[in-house]
Amino acid sequence: MSKPILTVKQLTKRYGSNTIFENIDLTVNEGDTIVIIGPSGTGKSTLLRCLNLLTKPDGGQIWLDDLEITAKGTDEDRVRQYIGMVFQNFLLFNHLTALENVKLGLVRVKHMPEKEAEAKALAELTRVGLADRAGHYPGQLSGGQQQRVGIARALAMDPRVMLFDEPTSALDPELIGEVLEVMRKLALDGMTMVVVTHEMGFAREVADRIVFMEKGSIVEEGSPDALFYHPKYERTREFLWKITELYGKKEAQA
Amino acid sequence: MEWLQLLQRFFSDFVRGAGITLELTAVGLTLGFVLGLLLALAKVYAPRLLRGAATAYIEVFRGTPLLVQLFLIYYGLPSLGITLSQTLSAYLALGLNSAAYQAEYLRGAIQAIGPSQMMAGRSIGLSRWQTIRHVILPQALRLALPSWSNEPISLLKTTAVVFLIAVQDLMAKAKRAATITYNPIASYLAVAAVYLLMVFVLNALLKWLERKTKIPGFDIDVKRV
Amino acid sequence: MDFGRFIQYIASGTAFTLGVTLIALPSGLLIGLVLAFVAVYGGKLAGKIMDVYSTVLRGIPPIVLLFILYFVMSGAVNLSPFWAGSISLGIISSAYQLEIFRGAILSVSGEQMMAARAVGLSKMQAIRYVVLPQMIRLVIPSWSNEAAIVIKDSSLVYAIGVPEILRRAQLISASTQQPFLAYITAALIYFTLVFITNRVLGRVERKLSIPVNP
Repeated sequence: MSKPILTVKQLTKRYGSNTIFENIDLTVNEGDTIVIIGPSGTGKSTLLRCLNLLTKPDGGQIWLDDLEITAKGTDEDRVRQYIGMVFQNFLLFNHLTALENVKLGLVRVKHMPEKEAEAKALAELTRVGLADRAGHYPGQLSGGQQQRVGIARALAMDPRVMLFDEPTSALDPELIGEVLEVMRKLALDGMTMVVVTHEMGFAREVADRIVFMEKGSIVEEGSPDALFYHPKYERTREFLWKITELYGKKEAQA
Repeated sequence: MEWLQLLQRFFSDFVRGAGITLELTAVGLTLGFVLGLLLALAKVYAPRLLRGAATAYIEVFRGTPLLVQLFLIYYGLPSLGITLSQTLSAYLALGLNSAAYQAEYLRGAIQAIGPSQMMAGRSIGLSRWQTIRHVILPQALRLALPSWSNEPISLLKTTAVVFLIAVQDLMAKAKRAATITYNPIASYLAVAAVYLLMVFVLNALLKWLERKTKIPGFDIDVKRV
Repeated sequence: MDFGRFIQYIASGTAFTLGVTLIALPSGLLIGLVLAFVAVYGGKLAGKIMDVYSTVLRGIPPIVLLFILYFVMSGAVNLSPFWAGSISLGIISSAYQLEIFRGAILSVSGEQMMAARAVGLSKMQAIRYVVLPQMIRLVIPSWSNEAAIVIKDSSLVYAIGVPEILRRAQLISASTQQPFLAYITAALIYFTLVFITNRVLGRVERKLSIPVNP
């Protein structure tokens, strides 16, 4: 039984009078790949951004291993070294080459010496298959390549857990595959991952657990088989099959 | 044309004056940049009080003529016990004035780059200040360059009024030539040509700078005035 | 001298400042607007001539141009400093306004002109009913910037002896030995003028804005 890396208890987030989500409980164990699915606007992305404290929750607690990161006085910058994030819009540093993008955190945050940082950055780029693009700027890379650099950038920090916020939603269909492939390999290598996505094929194949969120709360969670073939709620079944119609088949064809 | 002869006659004089003009521009621009950057950062990232102070500063210095600011510093401050030389007064007035305009150019660019790059920087553990320094500013400064380029040229032209407090710039030399030759029109036409030349060269320099600092593949279209 | 009269003396210069502005700005507008249309629709040669006009007038410091035009005008036509100064500032402003209007026309023009002609409108009609109305809205922010600049540049006519705000402030600072107060007052008056202008034009912009429903 592996130990929990991320524990979320009673997490709540509001914007003004709107409650985005309320009293969310979630446990992510070491090596798990958790996929969060649900209709747009249900707060999945907001939840993810709370996990690395980019967004401050209004209630509840989050633990990273044994440290309560929502406690007052937590060094957030330090926490974010251990939680990696990949964004829907890649958000690469436009003024830096791919290599420099990956290097920046190593040099400025981890205070690694130049040579070491450069070597590690190159290694991470190789891991995502982009060593030959190290000297290119984001503007010179395709969407899929940019996202892979984004993954390398997050991985370079040697995080305990990787968060993916709809990593393929902004990509042209033919570029989705290369990113999902990298993610698949990561999961197989044992990385702990929390992924928000619409890619049902990926979810079915790679997820240890799927969490279905709607209207700000978790409707159901369980193994892919459980959710797809024996869902407890009608709503879950509806959503899964509708989405699979749109996305799953497409991925199977790719 | 008479002005051409006049130009030849007073050539060394005009060159010296142009030198002072360029010096005034350079000092004013630099002072204005440092202060302007601080103001821009304050307007985007500082708490409310500082933000308000920055806004007030910018409104005041953009809402009043440079000439008034210049006179205030050179003629007005002495009655408060602060006496500055003509040159120093000119430097100060030009710098404080330019800062307000540069702040707006820089602020616009910082905000355009802003929130998502800030999020990306924080996500790998950079602090707020580190992100501003290593991620946002490098991009914002390049982005601001086309519209910011209006400022050095504008400043070069603006320096012409400081001759009114007897700073020996190009305009002062023109006035001197006019007094000597009794031909104001030719004198001022002559320096007009020199100013035109300086603006032309400065423009070319700025275009070159733009090309040199371009980020490959990254193109946000900014309108050049 | 008591404070009230102090302020009054400086403030009386406002009439001249406003006078200069209200001659320079509209004349700059008229010339600039016409030249902008000539530049965009008048053919290649016209465009080039406008480029020269614009480059020269915008590449020379306003005060230099002011002096040149003032000496030319007062020599040739015997105009008072007030009129010579105002017209000179108007000519200078026309070059900047030319660029503002040219930019706006070009932003609207291309496709809109194509659509207008496709419906059967003549070039003139297209300009009048399609390009101009859209261009006006586009232009207001830059134009109100130019208006503020003209108000501030009106202080330059101080140098040719017009008794406007700055000149008054200088005279009274000499006689009362209160230069700081005098120039602060002058600054305040200018600031108020610019502020009001920006507010009014902001209102106009809002009133004219085309509704966009998100």
